[in-house]
Amino acid sequence: MSAADAARAESAPVLELRGIGKEFGAIRALSDVDMSIAPGEVVGLMGDNGAGKSTLVKIMAGNFHPTHGTITLDGREHRFDRPLDARAAGIEVVYQDLALADNVSAAANVFLGRELTRRVGPFRFLDHRAMNARALELFGELKSETRPRDLVRSMSGGQRQAVAIARTRLAKAKLILMDEPTAAISVRQVAEVLDLIRRLRDSGVAVILISHRMPDVFSVCDRVVVLRRGTKCADKRVDRSSPEEVTALITGAKEFA
Amino acid sequence: MTDAAPGIVFTNVGRNRWYRSGALASQTAYVAIALVVITALVAVFANHFLTPNNLLNTSKNFSYIAIVALGSTLVIITGGIDLSVGSVMALTAVVTAILMKALSGTVLASVPFGVMGAAVVLGLGLAALVGFVNGVMIAVVRLSPFVVTLGTLSICRGITYVITQGRGQAPNGPGVDTFYALTDGRILGLPVPLVYLLALAVVMGVALRQTRWGRHVFVLGGNERAAKLTGVAVARVKVSVYMLCSMAAGLAGILVLGWLGSAPANLAVGYELKIIAASVIGGADLAGGIGGPAGAVIGAALIEVIRNGLALFGADTYWEQVFVGSIIILAVLVDRIRTRQPD
Repeated sequence: MSAADAARAESAPVLELRGIGKEFGAIRALSDVDMSIAPGEVVGLMGDNGAGKSTLVKIMAGNFHPTHGTITLDGREHRFDRPLDARAAGIEVVYQDLALADNVSAAANVFLGRELTRRVGPFRFLDHRAMNARALELFGELKSETRPRDLVRSMSGGQRQAVAIARTRLAKAKLILMDEPTAAISVRQVAEVLDLIRRLRDSGVAVILISHRMPDVFSVCDRVVVLRRGTKCADKRVDRSSPEEVTALITGAKEFA
Repeated sequence: MTDAAPGIVFTNVGRNRWYRSGALASQTAYVAIALVVITALVAVFANHFLTPNNLLNTSKNFSYIAIVALGSTLVIITGGIDLSVGSVMALTAVVTAILMKALSGTVLASVPFGVMGAAVVLGLGLAALVGFVNGVMIAVVRLSPFVVTLGTLSICRGITYVITQGRGQAPNGPGVDTFYALTDGRILGLPVPLVYLLALAVVMGVALRQTRWGRHVFVLGGNERAAKLTGVAVARVKVSVYMLCSMAAGLAGILVLGWLGSAPANLAVGYELKIIAASVIGGADLAGGIGGPAGAVIGAALIEVIRNGLALFGADTYWEQVFVGSIIILAVLVDRIRTRQPD
């Protein structure tokens, strides 16, 4: 364990993975991965296709159980049976395709599955006013030019990201997993998304950024974790590494760091 | 409420012109305009169109289709399709009529409206059961809606023929007058099917726009995966729309039973296409995510006004199908041109 890691451990990690392994039949997708992240920390999770990134993310997000190992959140061990369990525990995911419905408003997407209602007699009706107001606040916190009542269909990639991220802010998430948020958007929008991530960090949220893009990781992350063939081959502060070193780690030109 | 959060300046995020946003920009809106124009033309050129009798008949005729189109629109909004509606109309009508006779000899006969009430409730229950089967096969077993409802279309029609041996079934038994009054009578001078239609349309509008269930119906059509990931009870919502669609078909079948005074086994053959046409002309998007009760009512009304107009002009009413087909394509084409994005 490096000195930086030891320092992190002292600042009470929000999430701690111990000895995580996952086997699909005879295929070992992940073996013995340890990882932790502190509040307000941004960790880049990198690796080539098939290195185990998505498997690790899906384990943290509650899509499936690890074959071995434990997940500890705020000092308590958890076992997630479904994505909703992870969400209830404070882990939110921004999916690569953002999981937005184009045909309803930004506010509707933010509150999807958690709509606010008010009681009128025996009926419960949507509280549009409260949801629009709260969505507006969240977009304001994210400094995003997004109107709660606009349809997502007509929005830019950056605005869509803001809607997906605002959704995670609704429940005061402790940890946000972002799956390739900058993979398919324009240069200007990438800058917007990286700004959004910095704002999350400043508000004390831990962020795990899954990305292929070296410049993004090095501009926004505190630490980079590299997976290769299902094992963790590096976990170090970005200011003590370089894109060249990480590339070498991802491809296997360099074994460990 | 202001438009943007404090401190946010919209630099390059434009706002749509008023005529390109909201209800005015929907397919439903310009089909409504087309309905008004065509109705006006028919009223001017066909002398008998505005006679009370003709208006009454026209409004009654389209109500049956429109009631089912409400349910069909719900299914279409979720991105599904229900082809079984015509058969469900027939099965429900026939079973309801048979139950009236069968229950006449039981203790229910001594309860006021007991026989009629029980027959109608059981008939609608059967319709709901068909919808439940459709919904479970689609939402839980994950078969394609087209295939499942094509199957139930055939099954329900087959059962209708089996139990009637092709003979028409007439409502009969104690309280049959009440049954006719409630299915073929008038309320405030309006034919009851029209009153039911308007009431159901209002309830559906409120349910779609003002409840969590309605929101989830739209999101299912927009992005089912997103709904699932955010914890929406996808299967339950889907099953509910197929049940409501079948029950709408069942209700229309019972109303037609009252109107005709008999339910032939070939009742509503081919109606599924007319019903889906009404939904689609009114703006429901077969790709899912878009639609509403106003569209179903307007689409069904447009079809009926054209049919009635042709009849009043003395034209061959077989042209109706040609017109309906053309309007489906035209309505969708206009919508495509309107929403065309610059490449």
